[in-house]
Amino acid sequence: MASGTLVIGESTEDGKLNPVVPELIGIGSRLGGPVTVALLGSGVEGVAQEAGAFGASKVFVIDDAILKDYQGDSYVPIAERIAKEVNPAVILMGQTMMGRDLAPRLAQRLGTAVAMDCVNFEMQGDKLIAERPCYGGSARARYTINGMPQIATVRAKAQEPAERDDSREAEVVKQPAGVGEGDVRTRIVERRKEKAEGVRLEDAKVVVSGGRGLGGPEGFKPLEEMADVLGGAVGASRAVCDLGWYPVANQVGLTGKVVTPDLYIAVGISGASQHMAGISSVKNIVAINKDPDASIFKSSRWAVVGDWKEIVSGFTEKVRQLKASG
Amino acid sequence: MKTAHSCCCRAAFDALRSGRNGVSSQDCGKISGCYTTARDETRAGGAGNGDLRDQPHRSSLLIVFPDQGDRSCSQFRVDEAAKKVLPAPGIQPVPSQFDTIGVEAALRIKDKQPDTVITVLSLGPDSFRDTIKHCLAMGADEGVHINDPAVNGADHWATAEVLAAAIKKLEPFDLIIAGRQAVDWDMGIVGSTIAEILGIPVVTIAKDIQHNDGRVTVERVLLDGFETVEAPTPAVVTVSNELGEPRYPQLRQIMMAAKKEVKPWTLGDIGISAPEKRITLEALFVPETKVETEFIEGDTPQEKGEKLATRLREAKLI
Ligand SMILES: Cc1cc2nc3c(=O)[nH]c(=O)nc-3n(C[C@H](O)[C@H](O)[C@H](O)COP(=O)(O)OP(=O)(O)OC[C@H]3O[C@@H](n4cnc5c(N)ncnc54)[C@H](O)[C@@H]3O)c2cc1C
Ligand SMILES: Cc1cc2nc3c(=O)[nH]c(=O)nc-3n(C[C@H](O)[C@H](O)[C@H](O)COP(=O)(O)OP(=O)(O)OC[C@H]3O[C@@H](n4cnc5c(N)ncnc54)[C@H](O)[C@@H]3O)c2cc1C
Repeated sequence: MASGTLVIGESTEDGKLNPVVPELIGIGSRLGGPVTVALLGSGVEGVAQEAGAFGASKVFVIDDAILKDYQGDSYVPIAERIAKEVNPAVILMGQTMMGRDLAPRLAQRLGTAVAMDCVNFEMQGDKLIAERPCYGGSARARYTINGMPQIATVRAKAQEPAERDDSREAEVVKQPAGVGEGDVRTRIVERRKEKAEGVRLEDAKVVVSGGRGLGGPEGFKPLEEMADVLGGAVGASRAVCDLGWYPVANQVGLTGKVVTPDLYIAVGISGASQHMAGISSVKNIVAINKDPDASIFKSSRWAVVGDWKEIVSGFTEKVRQLKASG
Repeated sequence: MKTAHSCCCRAAFDALRSGRNGVSSQDCGKISGCYTTARDETRAGGAGNGDLRDQPHRSSLLIVFPDQGDRSCSQFRVDEAAKKVLPAPGIQPVPSQFDTIGVEAALRIKDKQPDTVITVLSLGPDSFRDTIKHCLAMGADEGVHINDPAVNGADHWATAEVLAAAIKKLEPFDLIIAGRQAVDWDMGIVGSTIAEILGIPVVTIAKDIQHNDGRVTVERVLLDGFETVEAPTPAVVTVSNELGEPRYPQLRQIMMAAKKEVKPWTLGDIGISAPEKRITLEALFVPETKVETEFIEGDTPQEKGEKLATRLREAKLI
């Protein structure tokens, strides 16, 4: 009988365990039953024991140069093979670049369904109840999957990570990839990174984001200055990324990044549900907007109504003073 | 050489469809062996199989899209008992944003290869006809509207299975373009599932599609940049908003679209019965958000900014 949870894990580009993996293991442990992790990639063997420390009882390692970059054609058959071998009740992965692409294809191969981008889970008997935002984050839906295994992708930072305990050890099973160049129909010709300077959005304690209300790309200069003084990072709404005012890599929201800073300052952003989806777990939101009825104020702890320019300059100046005086 | 064979069959079919008699349907199997050779000779400047070489490249693109009003913001109400979202009164359904972007992507290919045929394929109730018409007015060539009460309330997998079956009936084709996700359920499942059912490659979240000589070159949006991926056709590509603004139909085009055909199909026409559902919507609700908002007051904007800094310092956030 299908039981337990299989987590399809992944590593970061610099070879660390992707921070979503401990979160997935945490969910799996809370659902009950053993948690097995499958790690696919190149140079991932080193992080297998780390998955064990977070509570995985067994870790499959498929470490092969062909898996260096995610490609559906190489990852999907391996995930399918391991899923059949493990026969879990639940399969979890992150709503990452990999998860978005892999999960629907895996579901079809296994003849089952997947709930994407979930934020909350519950187990009733052997039925997984997966909760996910829909309608751009304005509504929530709860799903059950009719067959087995029940697959879900999980939004980053929606759930607490499992606790790390280095005294725990997992059984590590190394397996060959079993796929060759000939199986991969797609070919990555080029990969270009948009360079992010300073603090990474995902790691920043303070994020200052700008929207269409900035009036033009030059509006980001004062925001960068503000972020600099606060030791934070700069984000953007999709409207301004679409307009080319700021790089897409800095987009916050449903189709951009999920961020979890202690403080989020939104400048000239209206607060569309898709934007808010990227900051749904942020407790301290500040909004600066000239429209007193802007919907972002509904989720903000602090609201400042007015033209952003002078508000921001007054703010940045004051922060400098406060920081200088300790 | 499965790919070469299907390519060839497409060339043969294309010839038939475009009314040229360069290749006959009986020849299809025979030519499959020499198809790639003919191509190679062409490239080398040799005088190979003239019939094939002169064949204009006629590609057939299929775009799939659902009907979705742009009710993505606050313009709707949730009926928790019926587990349905009700649009605000007066909101007209328009094609889901990612799907007009899909049509735009196809039109850009057609701009370069005018012999491309763009078929708009959609599964949904009567109201979907208007959205198909909108896509035809944008410049798509023909529409297929699968409208059958047996698939009312179809989930993503049932939707994908019906669409895949319809696509098989529409063969040959080079490219299927779908939205990366629809604006309501945001799942991003239908495109990849169709590719799996048809056994063809899929490239997701595209911002640019180039289509040439039996392959697509797709620029994908990654979280930290972009990636260029090549795949042989036929293939599925799902498109993202980074592709750019879809064109808006001109009055003349809207009038021309009235003459374009929208084929009404039922499941019977495709030859399948309603697929089983794989997922159940147990509840739909609006989550509660309770935040006490403090408005920062001041005589000038400058002063409000300064006060904000002071408040955040008091809250130990900066
Ligand atoms: C499927 C889908 C996915 C999406 N994904 C995302 C996503 O990931 N991220 C995202 O951000 N959006 C996303 N969107 C888009 C989203 O719906 C909004 O369109 C977008 O967030 C709006 O950006 P904005 O707030 O910058 O612009 P607007 O909505 O135009 O708001 C501008 C604001 O600036 C204020 N303003 C104007 N001038 C000034 C001034 N001088 N001083 C102060 N304030 C001023 C205005 O009052 C207004 O509130 C998505 C949409 C869809 C359909
Ligand atoms: C339990 C359940 C019940 C549902 N009941 C209904 C219902 O009663 N009425 C309803 O309208 N929807 C219903 N849906 C949603 C429906 O199944 C479609 O799949 C949905 O519109 C696609 O939303 P998505 O964002 O998740 O799609 P994705 O998987 O993200 O699809 C993305 C792309 O696939 C293509 N696509 C998706 N659906 C269609 C379609 N129908 N025709 C052509 N192309 C398509 C489009 O290109 C779209 O951009 C239901 C879904 C579930 C899970």
